Amino acid sequence: MHVLPYLVAAYVFLTGCYGLATSRNLIHAVGCLAVCQCATYILLLAVGYRDGGTAPVFSDIKPGSRPVVDPVVQALTLTDIVVGATVTALLLALVLQIARLHGTIDPDELKELRG
Amino acid sequence: MHHLLPLLVAVPLLGATLLVATGRLLPRPAAEITGLVVSGGTAALAVLLLLHSSPPLVEWVGGWWPVDGESVGIVVVGDGPALGMATLASLLTLAALAYSWRYFDEPPRGHAGAFPALMLVFQAAMCGFAIAGDLFNAFVFFELMSVVAYALTGSRIDEPKAVQGAMSFGVVNSLGAYALLMGLGLLYARTGELALAKIGRGLDATAGPGGPDALVLAAFVLVLTGLLVKAAAVPFHFWLPDAHAVAPTPVCMLLSGVMVELGSYGVWRVYTTVFAGPGGIPAADLTRALVTLGVLTAVVGALMCWYQRHIKRLLAYSTIAHTGLFLIGLGVLTPEGDDGIALYIVGHACVKAALFACTGALLDRFGSVDEHTLHGRARAMRAFGVMFAIGGLALAGLPPFATALGKGIAEEAVGGPLTVVFVVVSAVTGGAVLRVTARVFLGLGPRPQDAAYETSGSDEEPETGGLLSRIPDSMTAVPAVLLGAAFAAGVAPGFGGTVARSVNEAGSGGAHAAAAWTAAGILLGLLSALIALGLAGLAVTRPNWVNRVPGWAVPLRRLQSGHVGDYVAWVLFGATALGALALPGVLGG
Repeated sequence: MHVLPYLVAAYVFLTGCYGLATSRNLIHAVGCLAVCQCATYILLLAVGYRDGGTAPVFSDIKPGSRPVVDPVVQALTLTDIVVGATVTALLLALVLQIARLHGTIDPDELKELRG
Repeated sequence: MHHLLPLLVAVPLLGATLLVATGRLLPRPAAEITGLVVSGGTAALAVLLLLHSSPPLVEWVGGWWPVDGESVGIVVVGDGPALGMATLASLLTLAALAYSWRYFDEPPRGHAGAFPALMLVFQAAMCGFAIAGDLFNAFVFFELMSVVAYALTGSRIDEPKAVQGAMSFGVVNSLGAYALLMGLGLLYARTGELALAKIGRGLDATAGPGGPDALVLAAFVLVLTGLLVKAAAVPFHFWLPDAHAVAPTPVCMLLSGVMVELGSYGVWRVYTTVFAGPGGIPAADLTRALVTLGVLTAVVGALMCWYQRHIKRLLAYSTIAHTGLFLIGLGVLTPEGDDGIALYIVGHACVKAALFACTGALLDRFGSVDEHTLHGRARAMRAFGVMFAIGGLALAGLPPFATALGKGIAEEAVGGPLTVVFVVVSAVTGGAVLRVTARVFLGLGPRPQDAAYETSGSDEEPETGGLLSRIPDSMTAVPAVLLGAAFAAGVAPGFGGTVARSVNEAGSGGAHAAAAWTAAGILLGLLSALIALGLAGLAVTRPNWVNRVPGWAVPLRRLQSGHVGDYVAWVLFGATALGALALPGVLGG
């Protein structure tokens, strides 16, 4: 079932998008964006996975003695997590400020910018 | 020389760190001078590198040189277009910092360094995105650029509209970035490479006899979705008017002048290095996708631009319309098209930044950016009136500005009916600016009536401490210099040819095209400037006839609802449409 992780990633991404499109609460929307991002972690880790592989740490295994998973995607995922933490923190700060200034966090009630 | 490439990112980042660390102690002038010096130093470095960019500079950061063609390091590539965009971003950052010298309200005590520090990080991210030689770094700089832009857009955190605009900007752009990351994951899965050129070679090596398969198509759609969200192509564009309307003016200068164009640059870079080979997307499909989206973007942008009364939103929609023209010019995949668009981007950056700078002066003088409220009130600001008119004519493509040079070359490259799109769209966007000039600075025509469902812009907060009684010289000089640069880029002998040579060297495998004024280009430029003048004249003399939003345009207006969920739904729709437009290459191969 090697297709399964990719399908899961697509499913999680679309679920997050659905949540974003229908959200009635901005905190929930920021959460949905984080869900979309989790899909990218799943995809990246699935790309680097090897059957029977172990962690790519060569302090206790001899190089070439057994398969290891791809360390590049793990580094990418880690960078991605850092990026995501920044974005989520900034967006939540904006939600706080929206709640203070508009008195609501329902996107349906934010009607100042249109047309 | 190539060892200096990473400094384009490192210098502004170090400057920002310095400002963050010491900003608490520094007085405001010291913090701003630090910002100007660091940003100017980076700009000088970018110019120096640009002069040595042929043959292209390549640097493996940290000394991780490839061994037997296998690389694990980070590569930055400094060819003509990359360093050109980095130079443009750096010079515009310098202009924006100079403009904000007397502009902002006195920052809260202990935060003098915050704004210049954020601007420097923005500059570093834009330079980094321009010179990134591998797709993952492009993603990281894309996100860094976005995050700083959200923070700068919402930097007036006590204004309800600013935080709302920053929020939809943040959500839509981050979603686009994650789509880009998914696409890059798929490309890595197929080729095991991250460097742009090596992904391209990997795709060609693994291509089956039938051309691209579903995975390549999915990666193409996802990567382009991310870049087109940044480039603000319709229907990915909804964040842009909201963000531009509320961002502080110096930030608008950067957002509209160069950040959005970096999205178009990214599309060009990714297509030419990754998807152009036999294992990528066939040229016909790319042309179909980009030209269709480009025409749609140009027409929607121009229409919405004409029906705005909020001057910043008007300029924002005009940027969308020009993005459409850029996509058409790049989409026809000829060396001439690439050259024309490169020149157009340079001219557009100068002119659009100058227009935003003039709008900022209006905002601080009268506390409004509303065309109706300001009617006839700015008669005394003659210098700004003249600059606004020149800016409008330059946007419409009046020779000899660089916008007209680029537009003329691109028009010849696209040919046929698409030339009409170029002429009409640039005339409408220029005409809208001229209409604002006539009404606001000359007080011509009756005061127009208000329409339903629009953002007025009459209750904007000025960004200075109070309303200015006199505009500081620094705020007058910056737009004047920018317009002068657009003029100089158009008339300087050899400038067009140099740009064309460096673009062709990087993009189309050595097929050199000449880039100079032609009779047809000059005539078409004059024609669109005349149409723009005519449209502005009609709008002023027959306000009800021209300005009443026709019935069929109202739904278009309602799409811009300010609701972040709608915008996300449109991004998904746009990604699907992009896939459908590129699909024949996969089916027919």
